[in-house]
Amino acid sequence: MEDIKPQLVKVTIDGIEVEVEPGTTILQAARKIGGNVAPPAMCYYQPLKGSGGKCRACLVRVAAGSAKDPRPMPKLVASCITPVQDGMIVENSTNEQVLTTRKAIVEFLLINHPLDCPVCDQAGECDLQNFAFNHGMATTRYEEERRTFEKQDIGPYIQLHMTRCILCYRCVYTADQITQKRVHGVLGRGDASEISTYIEKAIDNDFSGNVIDVCPVGALTDKTYRFKNRVWFTKPVDAHRDCPTCSGKTTVWYRGDEVIRVTARKNEWNEVTEFICNTCRFEKKKTSDWVIEGPTKISRSSVISANKYRGDLIKPDFQRKLAAATYTHVDDERDTSQLGIQQLTPERFAPVLPHANDPEP
Amino acid sequence: MGKKILLEHINVPGIETYDVYRKQGGYTAVEKAIKTMSPEGVVEEVKKAGVRGRGGAGFPMGMKWSFLAKPEGVPRYLVCNADESEPGTFKDHYLMKNIPHLLIEGMIVSSYALGANKSFIYVRGELMYVIRILEKAIAEAKAAGFLGKNILGSGYDLELVVHPGGGAYICGEETALLESLEGKRGNPRNKPPFPAVKGLYQCPTVVNNVESIATASWIINNGGDAYAAIGIGRSSGTKLISASGHIKKPGVYEIELGVPVEEFLYSDEWCGGIRDGHHLKALVAGGSSVPILPANLITKLANGEPRLMTYESLSDGGFQTGTMLGSGGFIVFDETACIVRNTWNFSRFYHHESCGQCSPCREGTGWMEKVLHRIEHGHGSMHDIDLLVDVAKKIEGNTICPLGDAAAWPVASAIRHFRDEFEWHITHPAEATQPGAVFKGEMALV
Repeated sequence: MEDIKPQLVKVTIDGIEVEVEPGTTILQAARKIGGNVAPPAMCYYQPLKGSGGKCRACLVRVAAGSAKDPRPMPKLVASCITPVQDGMIVENSTNEQVLTTRKAIVEFLLINHPLDCPVCDQAGECDLQNFAFNHGMATTRYEEERRTFEKQDIGPYIQLHMTRCILCYRCVYTADQITQKRVHGVLGRGDASEISTYIEKAIDNDFSGNVIDVCPVGALTDKTYRFKNRVWFTKPVDAHRDCPTCSGKTTVWYRGDEVIRVTARKNEWNEVTEFICNTCRFEKKKTSDWVIEGPTKISRSSVISANKYRGDLIKPDFQRKLAAATYTHVDDERDTSQLGIQQLTPERFAPVLPHANDPEP
Repeated sequence: MGKKILLEHINVPGIETYDVYRKQGGYTAVEKAIKTMSPEGVVEEVKKAGVRGRGGAGFPMGMKWSFLAKPEGVPRYLVCNADESEPGTFKDHYLMKNIPHLLIEGMIVSSYALGANKSFIYVRGELMYVIRILEKAIAEAKAAGFLGKNILGSGYDLELVVHPGGGAYICGEETALLESLEGKRGNPRNKPPFPAVKGLYQCPTVVNNVESIATASWIINNGGDAYAAIGIGRSSGTKLISASGHIKKPGVYEIELGVPVEEFLYSDEWCGGIRDGHHLKALVAGGSSVPILPANLITKLANGEPRLMTYESLSDGGFQTGTMLGSGGFIVFDETACIVRNTWNFSRFYHHESCGQCSPCREGTGWMEKVLHRIEHGHGSMHDIDLLVDVAKKIEGNTICPLGDAAAWPVASAIRHFRDEFEWHITHPAEATQPGAVFKGEMALV
């Protein structure tokens, strides 16, 4: 049976060679390498057919089209929808133009985004936050008024806060492909377009809750969870139950002993692995409903993992050790007793962080 | 006098009816093609003619036809793009309204060449009366046996469908047009796959402009070589130009490609020159989306040679000193036109028409419009100009379809050539916001 295996194609991304099956997209090939080589994706969602190509966050430069035709592609291409060719050379984070464009995309996505992260339920697990943190600027050049919309209840469980939406179309594809009938789509045009049900109709079917999981920002939120908590105070565990409608494999989020929300399980690229039904998601909020499998694996860089573990379990890294060893008391003649958080002067970090005193670029 | 191919019989009374059109030699191309030529032969003639797409991109039509995939058992479609909505372009409207049979005849010949048994004409939704004219023409052609089952006893069937558009500029982009034709929201598709492989209903499809298709019947009657002999080099044939703005004789003109811009602009045969007592200030040569040119670059190339009405000559010098022929929307400005206001107006159009699918265009067009609005209304600051240039640069080339480029080019080119005018608006807000106020500083007028 081995001889019918498809011939693998070789592609080089940021100088790293990887072998993938023909037909794989550049993004998937880059994800196989992992780390910083994988371009960010705001609209592409692997489980949803036809998604991608819209946000332009994953634009990369193709320095050589293929071994047969090594001409570079004239424009940056969306890596999530461009299939690899044998001998293709792709530049992602090594190309200046790609990084400049990505910065511009962050800026474009944020000019009409309310930046209400302090009150947004998605904060801490938001794709846009991560994207902006990794690739964006700290300031904005946009001075005009941002577009705003009224909040809309779509059904008993879901609230749509269109002001936050970045129009990735993921929820539209979900409603098209996962649920039985098409329940919502896009109305209007340009920056006035909005995700909506027709005449504020309720979304009503067993799998509608999945639109909340696929939303990269806080535009579609779980009404049973809204404003209840911050994600970094909660503890996710993998759990399952015998569900007649779906696989029943979920992530259950605890605050103390209380189950405060249930979501589908996600992979390291924040993509749902198995869609779950509304009963599991919205109605089973007792520990007795679930068989707990164990803690969910959360990346260490994620804010969700903050404050979850005893300090002595975390191996102090080199920088921390060095900081502790070189710490010297500096009398900065301030009454620090009144400060809630003690503010340390930059001099204290000077030997450890050589650029701590430099002015901001 | 230039050679007329499309508008040869435009002044014959009753040319919109079948009888008069037939008397003027109409439908002979259909007879010739279907009775004496193979479909491949027709494609070959069109290839020889070297006619380039008249919708704006200028892609050779014969080459587009030869790219059409021909898998067994899958229908192929020809779609005529009559969703002409570009500000400054109104040639297809004129052609369809006055000589509808020219398009119908072209559609029959082209469909025969491509092996399509069902072809569509996607007409801009606002032109309801043109749709009625076309439908009447189709009924007449059908009654005469040039459409329907077994055309001229050859066994070839063709049905022509006129489809009114949804009223969006974006539906003129070929893949958005196909989506709209399928009954969906007119969002452009990601390419590849190109329509030639997966187009309408996921079948191989050719999308051509009205004017391109209308040339097909002349090419069949007179041969591809005769067509290629007209014009200069790779810009063969004739082109309809929609002339508008501050000229004595606005209208639709058919020119042989290769006429000097100066002659076209000042000759009494065509535009007739700038209106009396005024001077040429700027020109948009190919519809609102192509870069605007200042007076000193319009009639002469950067190296001093005369600029011609061809694809190559107009784009000579890249975007630094050139522009594009585009769809032939020839908009002329005299010194009373305010470039800032005009740029804002164009920008407002693209903001309104962006489909909102991809982020650079959705957000960038709105941003540019708001900044231009600010400058025009006296609230701008100097860094706004650089901001506009930067935003335009970041939209260009990063979008799914060419609407992003079309929105970015007019802004970038206006600032490139008329930066002092933008600066004047910022430094003299009180004067600039007076009704009819125009920058009177140093500039080249012709």
